[in-house]
Amino acid sequence: MTAVTADTQEAYQAAFDAAVAADERIEPRDWMPEAYRATLVRQIAQHAHSEIIGMQPEANWITRAPSLRRKAILMAKVQDEAGHGLYLYSAAETLGTGRDELLDKLHTGRQKYSSIFNYPTLTWADVGAIGWLVDGAAITNQVPLCRCSYGPYARAMVRICKEESFHQRQGYESLLALSRGTPEQHAMAQDAVNRWWWPSLMMFGPPDDESSHSEQSMAWKIKRHSNDELRQRFVDICVPQAEALGLSLPDPDLRWNEERGHYDFGPIDWTEFWDVLKGNGPCNEQRITQRRRAHEDGAWVREAAAAYAAKHGEATA
Amino acid sequence: MTATVPTAAALALGDDALVLSHRLGEWAGHAPVLEEEVALANIALDLLGQARVLLSLVGDEDELAYLREERAFRNVQLVEQPNGDFAHTIARQLYFSTYQRLLYGRLAAAGGDGEGGTLTGLAGKAVKEVAYHQDHAEQWTLRLGDGTAESHERMSRACTALWRFTGELFQPVEGLDVDWRELESDWLASVSAVLERATLTVPDGPRTGAWSAGAGRQGLHTESFGRMLAEMQHLHRSHPGASW
Repeated sequence: MTAVTADTQEAYQAAFDAAVAADERIEPRDWMPEAYRATLVRQIAQHAHSEIIGMQPEANWITRAPSLRRKAILMAKVQDEAGHGLYLYSAAETLGTGRDELLDKLHTGRQKYSSIFNYPTLTWADVGAIGWLVDGAAITNQVPLCRCSYGPYARAMVRICKEESFHQRQGYESLLALSRGTPEQHAMAQDAVNRWWWPSLMMFGPPDDESSHSEQSMAWKIKRHSNDELRQRFVDICVPQAEALGLSLPDPDLRWNEERGHYDFGPIDWTEFWDVLKGNGPCNEQRITQRRRAHEDGAWVREAAAAYAAKHGEATA
Repeated sequence: MTATVPTAAALALGDDALVLSHRLGEWAGHAPVLEEEVALANIALDLLGQARVLLSLVGDEDELAYLREERAFRNVQLVEQPNGDFAHTIARQLYFSTYQRLLYGRLAAAGGDGEGGTLTGLAGKAVKEVAYHQDHAEQWTLRLGDGTAESHERMSRACTALWRFTGELFQPVEGLDVDWRELESDWLASVSAVLERATLTVPDGPRTGAWSAGAGRQGLHTESFGRMLAEMQHLHRSHPGASW
């Protein structure tokens, strides 16, 4: 190994900058600034963790799904989420970290997951509302990531977005069935939308003037649009969808602004957002406890697999 | 499609698949490793798919799943057993998927016409799925049996605990023209071979008891089953006549 001199460091940086400027993909073996690597590890890991923790609020309804068709759809969705978690951990691993290490950081609270999953699923309609709003917000966030400068992440997002948009349509269709069902079903759907609307808007992160990572991430082309831009795009998409569903959105300030060509909407309760992010949401404790317990209860199974592999000369996973 | 639907058989096999699928669904978010979240959900989905086809041969799948009480279910008691630890789930899968593969293999091979006709198509498709389920269960049986001292002990306990529910699998099902004795000896041979490779001993307890022998097929179930159904059916029953 030869020491990297200041000159070669500069040359690497210049090559990296040029590649990003030319919209080329950065690949695992390419040189990259340490801060770029660290940001990606943080973001991809957080994304993977969100898929894994996000299984819980929906899995909560698998055993109570009201028809066999809905049960099959929900099981397939939760299974897809585990799969998305696996893609994303693999993408993170190309940056020189390991899944075990990342899971450990999740379990010890050193890495976060999307705060939306700290809200409880209280009725069956929540499953539909999550599909429509939460997956809808995720897609709005994630489609631009398909063009993210880091190749493995961008490619994972292409696969994930295809499956996510399928889930979103199914969620919407499920809410539609409720909305057009009995008065009780309609009320259940409206109640779920009332509870999930604002948390979904919070999924885009803090307002642009308070978003600490945004500027750098946009310069690196990890991020393509600002939080507020994406949030606006999401609102604009949702309003006509809510109308088609026959459900209202719980915002008295929501109205079309002819001048801007966008919907205006009311203020977000950022106190609640920061509170949930800090661990004080309705389900933070429960979600992480369940995840930790699954991991700890499964330790003997993973040890058995490793011992068997060692005895029989297999490569361990 | 034949005009005669072997109702008793479709109900028995459909209930088996429905109930085991439900139990596996309870694992979502609790599996020991992410790959198993995917695998267990995958198996649960295959089984749910089989259940839907089978129950639809009998009537409306949702009416049958959600509006029958426990005395009307025809599944074997093995599939309704609680998940327990991962070893219990794997032992249950090993016993059941071996049975399913042998049975569906025969039904698929029996071919076209007669009373079993409507089941042939299902069996032909399902046999591919259950071969994969069996492989998954066998691979885990080997790893747990021949892994660490703890995993060996847990797997051994699980195999023994569920053993007394395995005799019921070979109670003749009305409408299925199968040599049940031969099926049973093939099952024993297959399961014994896996347990031996996994350094486990084949349990020596009875495989049937006064109560468990054939009971599930007659609608006599174990206590946890009623609670499982209460959870499964509660929402559907709370909204009579609603569609979802």
